[in-house]
Amino acid sequence: MAEKKLNSPGGISRLFRMQMFIPIVALIILAVFNLILDPGFFSITMGTNSAGDPVLSGYLITILDNGSEVAILAIGMTLVTAACGGQDISVGATTAIAGSVILRILVGGGDGELQAPIIVAFLVACIVSMLFGAFNGVLVSIFNIQPMVATLILYTAGRSIAAWINNNELPIVTDPSYTYFGGFIPGIPIPTPFFIAAICVIVIMLVLKFTNLGLYTQAVGINASSSRLNGINPTFIKFLSFVILGLCVAVVGLIKTSRISTINYSVIAKDIEMDAILAVALGGNALSGGKFNIMSSVLGAYVIQFLTTTLYKLQVSSDALPAYKAVVVIVLVVISAPAVKAKFASIGKKMRARKEAA
Amino acid sequence: MKRKLIAALLVSAMAVSLAACGSSEETKDVSTNSGSDTTTTSNGSAADADEGSAAADGELIKVGIINNDPNESGYRTANDADMKKMFTEANGYEASFAYSLKNDEQIAAAQKFIQDGVDYLLLSAADTSGWDGVLQDAADNGIGVILFDRTIDADESMYLASIVSDMRAEGDTACNWLKDEGLDSYNIIHIQGVMGSAAQVGRTEALNEMAKAEGWNIVTQQTAEWNAEKAQQIVQSVIDQGTEFNVIYAENDDMAKGAVAALDKANISHGKDGDVIIMGFDTNKWALEEVKAGNWNYDGQCNPYQASYIDEIIQKDQAGEEITEKKIIMEEKGFDCDTITDADIEQYGI
Repeated sequence: MAEKKLNSPGGISRLFRMQMFIPIVALIILAVFNLILDPGFFSITMGTNSAGDPVLSGYLITILDNGSEVAILAIGMTLVTAACGGQDISVGATTAIAGSVILRILVGGGDGELQAPIIVAFLVACIVSMLFGAFNGVLVSIFNIQPMVATLILYTAGRSIAAWINNNELPIVTDPSYTYFGGFIPGIPIPTPFFIAAICVIVIMLVLKFTNLGLYTQAVGINASSSRLNGINPTFIKFLSFVILGLCVAVVGLIKTSRISTINYSVIAKDIEMDAILAVALGGNALSGGKFNIMSSVLGAYVIQFLTTTLYKLQVSSDALPAYKAVVVIVLVVISAPAVKAKFASIGKKMRARKEAA
Repeated sequence: MKRKLIAALLVSAMAVSLAACGSSEETKDVSTNSGSDTTTTSNGSAADADEGSAAADGELIKVGIINNDPNESGYRTANDADMKKMFTEANGYEASFAYSLKNDEQIAAAQKFIQDGVDYLLLSAADTSGWDGVLQDAADNGIGVILFDRTIDADESMYLASIVSDMRAEGDTACNWLKDEGLDSYNIIHIQGVMGSAAQVGRTEALNEMAKAEGWNIVTQQTAEWNAEKAQQIVQSVIDQGTEFNVIYAENDDMAKGAVAALDKANISHGKDGDVIIMGFDTNKWALEEVKAGNWNYDGQCNPYQASYIDEIIQKDQAGEEITEKKIIMEEKGFDCDTITDADIEQYGI
């Protein structure tokens, strides 16, 4: 079937219809823009950090480093979007909870020395995050509440819960091994968050390849009642998407707290939910559910960071950043509107007809 | 049958009214919205049970304290703990607390306190405006209002006193310290707090004016909104760009920490004998320890301990003395990596 499509005359329009098209074009535009402005943007240098370990540095490395959290969240957010046709806006607040749990177990009440292995703290945070994900999932799948409304609960309450977990204290980890997750592992010059994101992407790709999760999620997203008639349990699929997102949130909580070895409940991962949703939209996924492409969302996440880093480089005031992102959102929404799509399609058809006539 | 019904009705009516009595004490913890939670130090139900005796000895001064959410920052946590420590029954106070970051919720809490007939209303307002009605009600009921930490737009005659930090003075202290360092050139990365907040405005003004007067070069001036990660990204961006800098002036400790994380990544030395001078504010304990260890150079205090000042004013007012000085500015210090001591960390760290 793929072969048939390749042979068809609409090669270009097929490219236009490809989901990866939007993020790739956005990436190319940004790259060209930076190339014209200052080719130095793309230089990468090898240096050492203050611990004497080799590290790569440069704008591109910064993008891979800082974009990874949103990329990881985009994985789960894509699944939630595809299955439920709505978004989870509590991921920032639940990231605070996950980070708080990790720090509570690692150093809670102590003097910064590790009280438990990091892996134990991380696994507990995974369980807690998945429970909070399950809470959202139950509200959405069983009680049929709009995802955005259901997750509004944790969006408002999450940061207080995070503070309560640590009795309002701001624990600080002094052990250098904890900084590896948000920084560099000694001897490896590539930032660890990028590795973690890569692992997450590979895992979810394997899951999608070897299970029916992808197909079922799409089916539920397109039409829940007909997929139920076909023997799929939509309630469970929706629930599961939130639990998977919970797992992603735990990973992000680890990276975020590791970056600064502490936590600030009111600002950690602030507004990250908007970036994650934007990544899904930028990835060309329908925000109303159905077909999805996780790689496309992940690419979208890095494009957002590319944009952010470019704006920082241009010394755009950082409180104006959301305005620029808003412009991107508007363009995206307009492009993906059915009316505009139909227009594009008719233009494409006309061009093809003209070519055939000539 | 009829009589039984009436009896049952009466009993239920009594039960309801009793419950209402109970809840009027309970609602002293003015439950506002999500994200804000409330506690009462003097146990509500106990006070209810022996109200007669409490009224008889009549010694407890009732204060209603309206504060911002203690989770907001280390400063707020220390501030709240200080209040709780001071306004106890042992010190002759019956205190009720309400927390919110939202002005309208705070106003609702204030009106509740006024209805409950507190003697003093202590207020750290989320926003400077919208308090006229509350102040008028308080004045009509003979309730003394004391502002702490933040001021509001109101005539001085409407409140007893305000106890505040002078953010501008904090900034000036820091800038004077920086000037005294006598660097050959000043290339400063300025990381600001949330734009428009009193701390940001005061600390920024001080630096801007000093930079203008002394000809200092501000390499970049960006808000990181009190967020360590954003500060890290901003500094990272300057490093990637290859711009020279030798001072980081961060308007709070968290952001200074984020900035230092970016420097560490790029192997740029900082602190005592380092290439880059690190300046922070708020004197968190961990920050002072960084200063002591020589990783940072300077940390400016923002004093959260207002309770003793407030206590003094209430005692004066109770004794019938006139409060002459309406605006009380607290003493605030700056700590330097060469002179800071363990005693300082213990005493001033929050």
